[in-house]
Amino acid sequence: MSGGGVIGGDEAAFAFTAENMERARAIIANYPPGRQQSAVMPLLDLAQRQNGGWLPPAALDHVAAVLDIPPISVYEVATFYTMYNLKPIGKHHVQVCTNLSCWLRGSDEILAACRDELGIGVGETTADRLFTLSEVECLCACVNAPVVQIDDDYYEDLSPETIERVLRALKAGEHPPAGSQIGRRSSEPVDGLTSLTSAPWAKTVPHRVSGGGH
Amino acid sequence: MPKLTIDGVEVEVPAGLTILQACEAVGIEIPRFCFHERLSIAGNCRMCLVRMRGSPKPIASCAMPAADGMEIETATEAVHNDRRGVMEFLLINHPLDCPICDQGGECDLQDQAIFYGFDRGRYTEGKRAVEDKNLGPLVKTVMTRCIHCTRCIRFATEIAGVPQLGATGRGEHMEVGTYVEQALASEMSGNLIDLCPVGALTSKPYAFVARPWELTKTESIDVMDAVGSNIRIDARGNEVLRILPRLNESVNEEWISDKTRFALDGLRRQRLDRPYVRENGKLRPVSWNEAFAAIARRLDGVAGERIAAIAGDLVDCEAMILLKDLMASLGSANLDCRQDGARLSPLPRVSYLFNTTIAGIEAADACLLIGTNPRWEAPIINARLRKRWRRGGFAVALIGETVDLTYRYETLGDDPRLLSAILGGEHPWAGVLAAAKRPMLILGQGALIRPDGEALLAVARAIAEATGMVAGIADGEEGWNGFNVLHTAAARVGGLDLGFVPGPGGRDTAAILDGAGAGDLDVVYLLGADEFDTSRLGSAFVIYQGHTGDAGARRADVILPGAAYTEKAATYVNTEGRVQQSLAATAPPGEAREDWRIVRALSAALGRTLPVDTAAAVRQRLIAANPLFADAGVVMSAPWAAFGRMAPIADTPLRSSIGNFYVTNPICRASPTMAECVAAFTTPPQKKTGTDG
Repeated sequence: MSGGGVIGGDEAAFAFTAENMERARAIIANYPPGRQQSAVMPLLDLAQRQNGGWLPPAALDHVAAVLDIPPISVYEVATFYTMYNLKPIGKHHVQVCTNLSCWLRGSDEILAACRDELGIGVGETTADRLFTLSEVECLCACVNAPVVQIDDDYYEDLSPETIERVLRALKAGEHPPAGSQIGRRSSEPVDGLTSLTSAPWAKTVPHRVSGGGH
Repeated sequence: MPKLTIDGVEVEVPAGLTILQACEAVGIEIPRFCFHERLSIAGNCRMCLVRMRGSPKPIASCAMPAADGMEIETATEAVHNDRRGVMEFLLINHPLDCPICDQGGECDLQDQAIFYGFDRGRYTEGKRAVEDKNLGPLVKTVMTRCIHCTRCIRFATEIAGVPQLGATGRGEHMEVGTYVEQALASEMSGNLIDLCPVGALTSKPYAFVARPWELTKTESIDVMDAVGSNIRIDARGNEVLRILPRLNESVNEEWISDKTRFALDGLRRQRLDRPYVRENGKLRPVSWNEAFAAIARRLDGVAGERIAAIAGDLVDCEAMILLKDLMASLGSANLDCRQDGARLSPLPRVSYLFNTTIAGIEAADACLLIGTNPRWEAPIINARLRKRWRRGGFAVALIGETVDLTYRYETLGDDPRLLSAILGGEHPWAGVLAAAKRPMLILGQGALIRPDGEALLAVARAIAEATGMVAGIADGEEGWNGFNVLHTAAARVGGLDLGFVPGPGGRDTAAILDGAGAGDLDVVYLLGADEFDTSRLGSAFVIYQGHTGDAGARRADVILPGAAYTEKAATYVNTEGRVQQSLAATAPPGEAREDWRIVRALSAALGRTLPVDTAAAVRQRLIAANPLFADAGVVMSAPWAAFGRMAPIADTPLRSSIGNFYVTNPICRASPTMAECVAAFTTPPQKKTGTDG
């Protein structure tokens, strides 16, 4: 979804572009014949990306038609998963984690900073349709809490100042670097490595000898 | 066969059974909401928890297959507590609105809460409320009551074949519905009401009408189509309030069509509740004796060949045999029970029956539909075809109008000459039928009411013989008969069994109408016959005996008020040839009487008294006319014989004989509920074919 797309989309009609139809066929081909229903989730994602981040009923119906399954089977999936947006959203979807780890690390302040910077509440979209603010459950990046997911990117180790900076950059049309905002590499300890500091074992040492015990 | 121990009792059950079914086998009832024998297993209500030795957690008995050596406990304190816990969770969001709930008194949740519920709630938070869904004019929804058993979803998807219902949202926000609001377009939707274990889906026409304990229940037979669905008629006082299905594995399993269930409000409208005689163009209410006197005056001195009788679609066998006897006594051979002009004759019997039988469909492996739309003509048979189709290995093809039958079939076109091609072996379906082990064909009334109906009947017979559909011919399997005629009128097979057809030199329906129009007939007796153009009766003196004021009564010179199917103990024969007995749930309104009594009384008034005075005597007369009537409830297979007459087939496209499912007889035409269904479900309006008045 990064990079946005057509905001709003045409509610009355939806069809995959030729390029996306190609992709859809490739996805369907991953599943055995007659089990095309299994492709419903990637196809919904494809449709959502094509349609500017949300799925109108026409897109759900189109996915059902492409997969030759009843529309209700697609509605069930689309309404079950929160990451399918069934209402129009802004160009950037700011998803603030407020689950336990992030909350302990100050997600309340992060959420407040987002509110102040964007001037909207949770679940709302800015008037320029640039941002939609959401509160989400665990993003599975607790080691780097607090975390905010913006479109497809995780912004980690946030403080109110750094999230404001990220949002301002997005407003300016830039793409701020994702990942830790305090410069650490992936989820390594903030104060440097405390273990695994020696050189790895030589490649010739097998981890396990098959057929025998250690 | 796994052997397991249930509450200390060792039991051996067939492989594939669940623990719940194994418990039932030893007589232990397990509470359940989501489990249903005829639906796939969902395992989501958790009410059926039992304990198994070796398992640290309780197990859902509906979803766990019975296996060898299992030790199951169903009656311990632990199990009771497990279920109490489940019940408490179910009741968290269930409203306490039993006093205003139509399910009250026959509610699974209510019943089971008596065993597993607490006498007070510990839940102090607000209950959730769910917006009601609009599923159309038949099914009323109160979705806050829903406990998410998903029976309705599974029924719509699996049995009815209209996958429109689903569960949207998740967790606390899960809702059962259609997402995009739409009426549930199924002719079987009323069964959702029976399946729903709580009051979420109830009958809209029956809303706030009665409580189950106020109703008198009568086991009877339906006449809305020729399936002869087994029904239970619930009445209070002298009013039929609702109709429910009754289990009969051979006929309707436990389903009935919406017409069977909801057309009953037509029984309260347009009823003929007293005799009338037309004087100076207007119908005047009279006494029975005056009505009989008027008929006697008109019949006096009229020659037999100038009298005719037509029997309608809802007529019982008792009335038909007595009217046939009366006509014979009057010297008339002009009688016909085929008011649509279907080209069927009473001999051989095999030529007009659904020989495969409804349950037999499940053994077939290929089916050719000819000029029929079983979904409208017999929804129960269509459901059986769908049931067979879902199991796989069942090729279906249709020659006729392309319609949604809820299962996939091959569209061969609507040209009847395709039949000749199949017979000649030039069409690929000749090979499909010949290769099938148990092929069947279903010939609809749409093929038989055509002028070339007899030729179509003959070519269908020839196909049956050529492709091994009939035992003893080609490689037909022992006892297998794949030749089927699908009737739409409940009275038709009975009429043919009784020979209610023109005698030697007699006129059939078309000739009766022509004769009446041309002035060759003086008196026409319509026994519940309404489904033809009554303006063609010319200046004939028309006697109408029936229960509902429809086309026939409008044209009548004398009206003799009869009893509807819920008001008489009578005999009907379904399309399979199954003789079934109905029972009277209520008395006929006003002066109306059981139909055989009217014919009997009229015969006395005419000085030609028929020698039957009791219902038992009429039954004896039926058995004398055709010994088949001695065996109620069973299907006697008919021996194969030649029938039909080979002739050129016209290229007129084949069509179903039913224009609109919801209005096919006087009762459903009088029913406001059926009128609402027409408005809700038939857009754009369906083309009329002449059989819907």
